[in-house]
Amino acid sequence: MSNEILEGEYFLSGDAAAAEGAVAAGCKVFAGYPITPSSEVAEKLARRLPQVGGVFIQMEDELGSIAAILGASWGGKKSMTATSGPGFSLMMENYGLGMMTETPTVIVNVQRGGPSTGLPTLLGQGEFMQAKFGSHGVFEAIALAPESPQECFDFTIKAFNLAEKYRQPVVVLMDESTGHLFEKVRIPPEDEIEIINRKKPKEVPYPPFMPDDDLIPPMPIVGEGHQIHATGLTHDEYGRPTITAEAQEKYVKRLVEKIRKHADEIMDYEEVMTDDADVIVVAYGITARSARRAIIQAREKGIKAGLIRLKVVWPFPDKILQKYADKKFVVAEVNQGQALIMVERAIRKSATFVGKMGGEPHRPEEILKGIEEAYNANS
Amino acid sequence: MPIHKAEHHPLDAYLRTERLPHVWCPGCGLGIALGAYLRALQNVGFDPQETVMVSGIGCSGRAAGYVKMDSFHTTHGRAIPFAVGLKAARPELNVTVFSGDGDLFSIGGNHILHAARRNVNITVLAINNYVYGMTGGQLAPTTPESSITTTSPYGNIESPFNIAGLMAVAGASYVARWTTVHERRLQKSIEKALTKRGFSIVEIMSPCPTTFGRRNNMRGIVDSMMYYKKYSVIKEHPNPLDGVIKPGEKFIVGEFMDAPDEPTFEDKLEELKNKEFLKTSQADRTTWILEHRRHLETLAKIIGGEQ
Repeated sequence: MSNEILEGEYFLSGDAAAAEGAVAAGCKVFAGYPITPSSEVAEKLARRLPQVGGVFIQMEDELGSIAAILGASWGGKKSMTATSGPGFSLMMENYGLGMMTETPTVIVNVQRGGPSTGLPTLLGQGEFMQAKFGSHGVFEAIALAPESPQECFDFTIKAFNLAEKYRQPVVVLMDESTGHLFEKVRIPPEDEIEIINRKKPKEVPYPPFMPDDDLIPPMPIVGEGHQIHATGLTHDEYGRPTITAEAQEKYVKRLVEKIRKHADEIMDYEEVMTDDADVIVVAYGITARSARRAIIQAREKGIKAGLIRLKVVWPFPDKILQKYADKKFVVAEVNQGQALIMVERAIRKSATFVGKMGGEPHRPEEILKGIEEAYNANS
Repeated sequence: MPIHKAEHHPLDAYLRTERLPHVWCPGCGLGIALGAYLRALQNVGFDPQETVMVSGIGCSGRAAGYVKMDSFHTTHGRAIPFAVGLKAARPELNVTVFSGDGDLFSIGGNHILHAARRNVNITVLAINNYVYGMTGGQLAPTTPESSITTTSPYGNIESPFNIAGLMAVAGASYVARWTTVHERRLQKSIEKALTKRGFSIVEIMSPCPTTFGRRNNMRGIVDSMMYYKKYSVIKEHPNPLDGVIKPGEKFIVGEFMDAPDEPTFEDKLEELKNKEFLKTSQADRTTWILEHRRHLETLAKIIGGEQ
């Protein structure tokens, strides 16, 4: 059994499972700053990374944490940080640098209640939009939302795979309830875990931003004679600063297109009893667990309800929702309507919203009420 | 008089010559600073393939785009933590951070303190031109008192950092200061900094006639150079706390700190990875898992109704 993949069944928190997922994915550098409710990710990796030849650094702040993991990634190592709302806000600057320099890395955000310091120890889902629009400028985000410790493990591996494949930072949008939830987690044997590594250039030197036909450039790493130059300035395929409208159009458009072109491959969702449903609930993370219960309660009351659970929240699965555009929709999330905006945009009509300010997950009855409201509404 | 244009520059091998001419103004000291760095690199014999330059934002930040080696032009203030992460991933690389006073000591101030404290084995070349040049000449954390800048139009009322004192106290292994007039000494000092094990920093006082000099009676480049020549005092082993710079007063240049070798951050990370107890038994590594297993078994018993 390898040190990286501790095959077996364990009783783990979501935070610990995410940390084990990172190690299993081959993460070798973690840089982070303590913040509730994500500190357990760092604590676990402080123990685990030296055991697998990796490096754990507790940085001076979150600004430094994300800069360090970008540096480590260019050094050729898989890297990660973990944080929560306030730290995620501080990381937005270099989240953008990661996008602009096409640097694979993983940011785990264990969401708590906000704004500001908010509810450090309690639930929130307020960073759905921030993961996509939090950093200035134009880019397409990739973000995953696990609903259980098992998925914290699985999705962290998947986040590394997506980051490596598409050469950009990927967010694991956990939440406090999932992060602190203890459940059985199965760590499968090594041969059952799919690991994707970044494309390597076939020649030296290789221009660091010269894309293949799939719009994704192979990634040269430091110390191999590529004479890499990477900058946050708009640049050409060689990394040379090119401050023109034409260069911006060409480069940023490719950054967006490389994700949009592969959106169908990246999108991941689960449909529960949607076949015959009259009312569709859309939820992600811990909220989806309450929604599972709510659709059963609705069916017990004679309302055919189904659930579309977003496993990947960005890119947003417009197409999937559009298939059901003639149904009635309910959106449940722990904020004041973020995924709601995306759902209504996709189905081109209003949805019933079941929001919460944060602090605790939805009670299934709250979502049930939303389902009943949607079902009884004239449309 | 005909202008003689040389075909080659002795440092061409280290430069992305196709990127020249550079963006820096006539009279700027950055060319002297970059030249001193590249000559130092040549003299210490570092393989350019294993040498990396990381820079932040500002005029100095653009240096990374001109050197023919792996180089990164990061965000404002974040060159140091980027370099820390890179160095943690690849300790064998020679990593130099080349950046300005505002980038390193204002927006990036926290990072440099902690990199010095950790004794990260990187070299920092801190270009101190007293001002934010790229943005048009605003007040910097190094601007001398009463100096005129665009955001201190009535004279600076703040005290500048004593960079040498700050870095020595934070834990740097090597701290020096030179001006662009002291080109040869500067180069020797950079050579020392590059080969020093641990956190080393060379403060390079460098003129900005365009945004600082012209508002402070140093309109011409010669005025700035004369100021450096006239007011700098070379001292042997000066006290870092005497590194304060005041307008109209002499200031010290030299090696403020050259500490005996201590283990670097990377040394300690390597040492930890190689600890025997991490390799010995699976049980050691998974104590936490076993603990939780026991907890799970207890839970199962309770749920299963066993007493």
